[in-house]
Amino acid sequence: MATKASRAAARTMISPAVILLLGWMIIPLSLTIYFSFLRYNLITPTGNPFVGWENYYWFVTDPSFKAAMLNTLVLVGGVLLITVVGGVMFALLLDRPMFGQGVIRIMVIAPFFVMPTVSGLVWKNMFMNPVNGIFGHIAKAFGAPPIDFFGQIPLLSIIIIVSWMWLPFATLIIFTAMQSLDQEQLEAAEMDGAKWPSRFIFIMVPHLSRSITVVILIQTIFLLSIFAEILVTTNGGPGVSTTNLTYLIYVSSLLQFDVGMGSAGGVIAIILANIVAIFLMRMIGKNLDA
Amino acid sequence: MGQIQLNQVSKSFGSVEVIPPLDLTIEDGEFVVFVGPSGCGKSTLLRLIAGLEDVSGGHVTIDGADATAVPPAKRGLAMVFQSYALYPHMSVKKNIAFPLRMAGLGQAAQDKKVEDAARVLNLTDYLDRKPGQLSGGQRQRVAIGRAIVREPAAFLFDEPLSNLDAALRVGMRLEISELHKRLDTTMIYVTHDQVEAMTMADKIVVLQAGVIEQVGSPLELYQRPRNTFVAGFIGSPKMNQIEGPEAAKHDATTIGIRPEHIDISETEGTWKGTVGVSEHLGSDTFFHVQTEASAEPLTVRATGERALGYGDTVYLTPRPDHLHRFDSKGLRLE
Repeated sequence: MATKASRAAARTMISPAVILLLGWMIIPLSLTIYFSFLRYNLITPTGNPFVGWENYYWFVTDPSFKAAMLNTLVLVGGVLLITVVGGVMFALLLDRPMFGQGVIRIMVIAPFFVMPTVSGLVWKNMFMNPVNGIFGHIAKAFGAPPIDFFGQIPLLSIIIIVSWMWLPFATLIIFTAMQSLDQEQLEAAEMDGAKWPSRFIFIMVPHLSRSITVVILIQTIFLLSIFAEILVTTNGGPGVSTTNLTYLIYVSSLLQFDVGMGSAGGVIAIILANIVAIFLMRMIGKNLDA
Repeated sequence: MGQIQLNQVSKSFGSVEVIPPLDLTIEDGEFVVFVGPSGCGKSTLLRLIAGLEDVSGGHVTIDGADATAVPPAKRGLAMVFQSYALYPHMSVKKNIAFPLRMAGLGQAAQDKKVEDAARVLNLTDYLDRKPGQLSGGQRQRVAIGRAIVREPAAFLFDEPLSNLDAALRVGMRLEISELHKRLDTTMIYVTHDQVEAMTMADKIVVLQAGVIEQVGSPLELYQRPRNTFVAGFIGSPKMNQIEGPEAAKHDATTIGIRPEHIDISETEGTWKGTVGVSEHLGSDTFFHVQTEASAEPLTVRATGERALGYGDTVYLTPRPDHLHRFDSKGLRLE
């Protein structure tokens, strides 16, 4: 039914949805770009004069910007490392036949369904709290001084919380890939004299590389915008030690009421995210074709 | 060297006994084919020999040494899988070199062996390709190449031709037979196709439900099947088996007569019948003739020129010296 009339009809029919989606994307984006060139502070209502690149200049030269960039990098990198390595190991474990397999597999997925604010609060109050948290109790039971997670190792604590949330995702994807591995290949490798470590490196890892790529790509996109876990646990502190780019933008626009500055930060974040995306696509995207 | 001996070997999965205890000796340099209907345990038996499954009882002896507890890699056997099991991310060269690499051989020695194997198997032009870029027959040859470079005591083939089309299958059948003659190594070959078994084997092992029905050379099995199962399984088209009063005339429960051992005539003979479907192969023609001797139509082979129409009345005469007789347990009567 690909006649000229039917195609025209299809285009007319689909246009409301497309226009709505396009508007949803274009309007906030153009408003953000527009605000980023204005002096637009909500507590000094002196009109909104056009100031050119000034907002960008001040945002980038702010000492907390450098710290935020570094924190973002460490956060994303750390979580990726933990989830990919941990995901492969969990997948290997889940792949073994065991009692209660179905239930265990579902339970492994569970953390992914917990809301970020909830998991942040649970970790903060029930696990990492030096007085009431489980880790504190364990440390005391051994006579060691409890660790004040958010005071002493704030960024690592955030990484642990976020990793806990994303580990199920990585496990699920890698486990699915592992199940699709042809058992005859492993048997052939075994006959060829490959011990388990060799089979893992030469057969399993190459087979998993594609799904690991998917995990890295998808997670990077979401990890760049981690926010709720930081807000409910450390509020970016102590100092700026857990402030990432997203949180810095929040501080500028909603704590300092500087809409212009926040918008400038937003535009920088968009550009950075795109650079990372292109970079990742180039670097590991070739795994995806063929 | 490659003498393999199975001593009271059995295999159970849980409470299901797949292979009751059996004995079998495979001589050095022999081409042995395990043949049987699907699910008869022939692949399991092969995997027991390879060491990919543990035996539930008994002993596997390779070249006089007990190999029952030896891991697969140390048994000195190479296996070609039904799905070829090539490593998809490695080039043909790396695939063939993989066992050598695992054995820790030097790069130069690896290259030389891979080149030799590639030459034998006509793969020289494809060494840099990935398995995904090869045809079925080429993949098959790569899998064989990977087996050859190890210089194993014996080759194990697990239905290697079942994924190929008919024309390629005939070609590869010849190549594997040729390879066996050249390498003069023990080969164990599993198939459900009795044509492959007949054409390639020095010795055929017919299996049913994990039990060895008969062991022998192809012609032995063809001419003197030990029971009705072997009689029906070996030979294409199947041997005609007749029960009832006709068999009783020969003091047997069942008599069998192969299609080529029945003479067909339009005027006189032992059994009167009507011609049903006829299959023309060019060289031969197979007639399915309904007779009063048995409920099933009998298959009769005639020369390709013989013209008989549907519904024609014919007379069939079995040649008495080619008649097989079986008793009530299905065993051959001499």
